[in-house]
Amino acid sequence: MKEYNQLIFEASKEGRKAYSLPECDVDMASVEELLPSEFLSDEELNLPEVSEVDIVRHFTLLSNKNYGVDTGFYPLGSCTMKYNPKINEDMASLSGFSTLHPYQPRETVQGALEVMYNLDKMLAEIAGMSKMSLQPAAGAHGEMAGLMIIKAYHEKRGDLKRNKIIVPDSAHGTNPASAAVAGFDVVEIKSDENGGVDIESLKAVLNDEIAGLMLTNPSTLGLFEKNIKVIADLVHEAGGLLYYDGANMNAIMGICRPGDMGFDVIHFNLHKTFSTPHGGGGPGSGPIGVREDLVPFLPVPIVEKQDDGYYLNYDLPHSIGKIKGFYGHFGVMVRAYAYILSMGAEGLKEVSETAVLNANYLMNRLKSHYKIAVDQICMHEFILEGLKENTLEVTTLDLAKRLLDYGYHPPTIYFPLIVDGAIMIEPTETESRETLDSFVNAMIKLAEEAKEDPKLLKEAPYSMPVRRIDEAKAAREMVLKWSK
Amino acid sequence: MHRYIPNTDADKKLMLDTIGVKSTNDLFIDIPEEIRLKRSLELGKSISELELSRHMKELISKNNGTDELTCFLGAGAYDHYIPSIVKHLAMRSEFYTAYTPYQAEISQGTLQVIFEYQTMICNLTGMDVTNASMYDGPTACGEGAVMACEATRRKSVVVSKTVDPEVRKVVKTYLQLRDIAVIEVDMAEGVTDVEKLKNAVSKDTAGVIVQSPNFFGIIEDVTEVEKITHDNKANFIMYVDPISLGILKKPSELGADIVVGEGQSLGNQLNFGGPYLGFLAANSKLVRKMPGRIVGQSQDLDGKRAFVLTLQAREQHIRRYKATSNICSNQGLNALMAAIYLITMGKKGLREVATLTTKKAHYAFNEITKSGKFKPVFNKPFFKEFVITSDIKANEVNKELLKDSILGGYELEHNYEELENGLLMCVTEKRTRQEIDGLVRIMEVL
Repeated sequence: MKEYNQLIFEASKEGRKAYSLPECDVDMASVEELLPSEFLSDEELNLPEVSEVDIVRHFTLLSNKNYGVDTGFYPLGSCTMKYNPKINEDMASLSGFSTLHPYQPRETVQGALEVMYNLDKMLAEIAGMSKMSLQPAAGAHGEMAGLMIIKAYHEKRGDLKRNKIIVPDSAHGTNPASAAVAGFDVVEIKSDENGGVDIESLKAVLNDEIAGLMLTNPSTLGLFEKNIKVIADLVHEAGGLLYYDGANMNAIMGICRPGDMGFDVIHFNLHKTFSTPHGGGGPGSGPIGVREDLVPFLPVPIVEKQDDGYYLNYDLPHSIGKIKGFYGHFGVMVRAYAYILSMGAEGLKEVSETAVLNANYLMNRLKSHYKIAVDQICMHEFILEGLKENTLEVTTLDLAKRLLDYGYHPPTIYFPLIVDGAIMIEPTETESRETLDSFVNAMIKLAEEAKEDPKLLKEAPYSMPVRRIDEAKAAREMVLKWSK
Repeated sequence: MHRYIPNTDADKKLMLDTIGVKSTNDLFIDIPEEIRLKRSLELGKSISELELSRHMKELISKNNGTDELTCFLGAGAYDHYIPSIVKHLAMRSEFYTAYTPYQAEISQGTLQVIFEYQTMICNLTGMDVTNASMYDGPTACGEGAVMACEATRRKSVVVSKTVDPEVRKVVKTYLQLRDIAVIEVDMAEGVTDVEKLKNAVSKDTAGVIVQSPNFFGIIEDVTEVEKITHDNKANFIMYVDPISLGILKKPSELGADIVVGEGQSLGNQLNFGGPYLGFLAANSKLVRKMPGRIVGQSQDLDGKRAFVLTLQAREQHIRRYKATSNICSNQGLNALMAAIYLITMGKKGLREVATLTTKKAHYAFNEITKSGKFKPVFNKPFFKEFVITSDIKANEVNKELLKDSILGGYELEHNYEELENGLLMCVTEKRTRQEIDGLVRIMEVL
């Protein structure tokens, strides 16, 4: 295919246009007469002038420089890049959903409220929680809201010195960042050799200043935290609450529930577990769920039902307040709702069983050429520590970049931080054995290349629209917009 | 076997053999018995596409959107025209099924789109830098206020009461979390009371937030506010409607340090409130205090132009609890739609949208207030929204309008007690003279 390297601004030509608008049908004076001149700009807008076909080709050619789940295997650990069913896109774009104004009278949006109400119930059932709030815009936003609830809970009890949140060193960066945003000090604890919570380290930091503990289960190493009950009891006995980061929920749907493990507050990522597209970075959706006695603290509004239909309830006396405009990412909720209905209870369980099966199969097949961080049965994902016969020269980054030439999106790399040169692989349930086998073949080929010709990997990729990019130059020169 | 799961029973058997276990159950041995769910989830059975569509169609039959109703409702979410190509191009699955562009070489599409989006947001607002987008306008405003506090090392922010109440609520939530004081300044005649603002701003003030056009649609004269803000070495934060920038002065010309706003009007559907996108732009001094992703230009090994996520040392995955924000996503797909919209409308089109909108809003204002039954509440220059009042309760007016399939204005007394019976009407370029005349006819006989 022909190379395409143009910015739309470079295609701009005076006099071209792509828009059409009706002629003005009201007999009014000019804007200059309607509005005081001191408010009006006297400059031309600095936007491109291009034709419709220019735009269509531009974005089509740009899309060719991208790689999505629809393009191929996308084993990004911790991101759950599963297939995004097309019917869900159709459902979300039904005009009866997509053209609703958020402030319409409630009698005109009963169907939309019903979607939210039903989704709330379904997610609460999957989580083992009492009630959800669908408002958080993403996982990190859910964490912030959930931690605010934990803070409000302690304050309500008059327990004002609990200003610390425990976060394991294996946690995703958003965990400590969200805790800091929510006004907590972060206490980091070391993980044990399998990436689990080190019980002694936990005990050592538990005291009456601890507001709670943030945890994913399965852990970021893809292993189930067997001691979860012990951990929950310890935190609860010390007066703290447990926060569940739902990043790894794809491993356990219908098998066990965060609520039954002892978690008090949770968030899900609808864009991971519940198949809504990642959108090249968003929109996500990060609903939070809480146990019964924490419901009064949820952000407003929550969706409730009364005799004459569904409504948005703003009357929560202990609410943490408003965390976002309107009610959350409704369009994303419709997709997740459609997904859960399509899967059903048995389907969701099959999702988790197959996700775990696929991960274990991949791990076993890769063992011959790669070091496994923790060599035992894993859940939905696992971590490689790099090549078995390490040439020292070839880094995890080199492996990832060379994998691009084999037509795969690389796994998550250098995360979790507790594993040196981590390669984190999450196949998800929507990939076939054939796909996994092809990926294994590519990974084995990589290992051979690393032995025979390390330089080949150091300079990879070769088949992408661009070669390896100088990141330092970008940070140094800070060219953050186009100019002539 | 479910349609979204390709492995057959035979595949699964072979895979279990490779792993060396007998059944899938053996893969879950680490989960203690006591926390296992001993029943099925109560979610019902899997349903087919046909059943799903039928169910969803039943649900939407209980909704009436702006396709069926003529919309005169705004207040933060707007019924502007969306060119057909926005949807077609944004729905290319290479864009929407991709993840965050951390692996730059395989994500040049997404990265270039964001770079172009950043360029246009900077050009529209006149600011030096912007990021890859925020969750929405209100949260962008909250983060902008936090930035001001970080930059000045002060812990107090002044907000005008003419700022959208929804935005103020979110700003309060974001700031109270960090023990930052929020001081609200009253309004006078529908605009920020400059005298009161002057008293509220001090050497402790990190930022001053003013919206223009404000919540009532009025274009605020910010000359004094800017002066007061900068005299106190605080940051001037403007919350703006991007469509209005088709004709109004750029925030940079008005002395803004940080510019935030709701980007929904730029090619994004109403979607019952989301997903939208927030934009956040600033002067270059503040770039290292910015939250979220930023795309920068660089080059590859062969010297070819290429794009990457940059200045990541600000972000949570590197700095953890010391990050500028906990935000980890952007509204990538919504920013893509905004970019396609801005390119499609282009230099002339955005100006024309803003011009049509202004004219139609003024036409509607003249016609609605002509007979005196509905009176203007403020006598100030406005863009696409204006406030009217009458002897009739606002919700009564709306109820009657709805009978004629008209979505009336925003009922202001929910948020402004003093504006009893007040309705905030919104008119975009989509409204026709016929629709406006129809609205006026009904209102006249209420």
